[in-house]
Amino acid sequence: MDERDLGLTLDRMARQIVELLDPDEGDSAFALVGMQTRGVYLAKRLQERIKRFESIDMPLGVLDSTMYRDDFRMGRRQPVVRKTEIPFDVTGKHLFLVDDVLYTGRTVRAGLDALMDMGRPASVQCLVLVDRGHHELPITADIVGRIVPTMPGEEVRVRLAEIDDREGVWLVNHLSGETGTS
Amino acid sequence: MIEQGEGLRHRHLLGLATYEADELELILRTARQFREVLYRRIRRVPTLRGITIVNLFFEPSTRTRISFELAEKRLSADTINFSKSGSSVSKGETLKDTAQNIEAMKVDMAVIRHQSPGAAHFLTQCVDAVVVNAGDGAHEHPTQALLDLLTVSDNFDSFDGLNVSIVGDITHSRVARSNVHALRTLGANVTLCGPRTMMPREVESLGVRVTHRLDEALEGCDVAMALRIQLERQGASLFPTLREYHNTFGIQMDHLERHPDLLIMHPGPVNRGVELASEVVDHERAVILDQVTNGVAVRMAVLYLLSGSVENRTGEDGE
Repeated sequence: MDERDLGLTLDRMARQIVELLDPDEGDSAFALVGMQTRGVYLAKRLQERIKRFESIDMPLGVLDSTMYRDDFRMGRRQPVVRKTEIPFDVTGKHLFLVDDVLYTGRTVRAGLDALMDMGRPASVQCLVLVDRGHHELPITADIVGRIVPTMPGEEVRVRLAEIDDREGVWLVNHLSGETGTS
Repeated sequence: MIEQGEGLRHRHLLGLATYEADELELILRTARQFREVLYRRIRRVPTLRGITIVNLFFEPSTRTRISFELAEKRLSADTINFSKSGSSVSKGETLKDTAQNIEAMKVDMAVIRHQSPGAAHFLTQCVDAVVVNAGDGAHEHPTQALLDLLTVSDNFDSFDGLNVSIVGDITHSRVARSNVHALRTLGANVTLCGPRTMMPREVESLGVRVTHRLDEALEGCDVAMALRIQLERQGASLFPTLREYHNTFGIQMDHLERHPDLLIMHPGPVNRGVELASEVVDHERAVILDQVTNGVAVRMAVLYLLSGSVENRTGEDGE
């Protein structure tokens, strides 16, 4: 997926979100929550597009689920805890939880637990740029940018201009190096 | 800057003398994230579920003990509290035997407060648990200095070139020692101020400025940390009277007026009218209660970062 593909996919995902907004509930009933790190930038881009397409200001929160992970003691070093900042009350809100890649589903599980500790959202929908399969939990995405069938040894690498030196999505095979854009 | 997948190079927190700037910064960054948990609807995260922590307090302590206990509870760790009174220590058991008995009960981490310098280090040699020093004699009190650093960093953009003065009984202060190490590591200029009877010899070798005049210590100073005068130690007659101490080394309202940007800190508990005038304690530039809140956050961060090595007990020791 190159820069253009990425932009088009995000356009489509933003429109899918807009489709799900219920005007009767008012704009303030809906909010985006980006998962650290790249989910945050994707959520920001979706927020900008929704504003551009429909003039709707959707609140945006930032969520780090490290404190809720179930695998952090399996590695030798502790993962860095990043910022969580939800500038609105999640209780009663319809939330769109945004992440870059859905793989085992464990990050989303941790994110859901974190959100539930902050209040009682009316609903949570999951958005991912790439669903690469191999889910280990009964978690799926409601809005998907692209489904990419992968092998367990491969890595889906999402790179965003905000924090990376290039933009796009790559499927990387650790044995033979990069296999190009997916 | 320490990034994802790296973390602390130490396995224990015995003192800050060996912690490098990137490790201190990682602890502070992590503490800011954990502090946010303290303001949530549910002030508890499941991060240390399944980890058992023993709090070994061989010396009386209220706020440090409560702060550690609260940090452990906020992280969902299982905790056991052990204090000197009413335990087998009062029956003559040695530190080593106490520690090994507790170890036999399968404890992952131990927080220790002890009257002897080096007690925390000694504990690392008797048990496999990860050890956190909560104050060992006049040696170090690393989590106190870390919470001081966090409080300073909330008020200033950088430690580099910051002027910090520590005022009081330097000789008997583990808080001063830990702060000197950490502040120097982060690039701050440290001045120590106190009566000659309370100033260790050759303390300049730590790279600090020494003065026996409060006015000199406060000139150009950004942060003044007053140390508690241990009234229980006053049999040693290190100064004539409390009133004289207050008049010579106590920070008073006219100091705040003459230094309009000076921030006042104190590790607590404060003796009002001794280290600080009562009005100074209540002044908006005294951030003593922020220090207390930051204490819980910093201890959460330390426990989290060190818990990574709990299940890697065969790894090499960073200390």
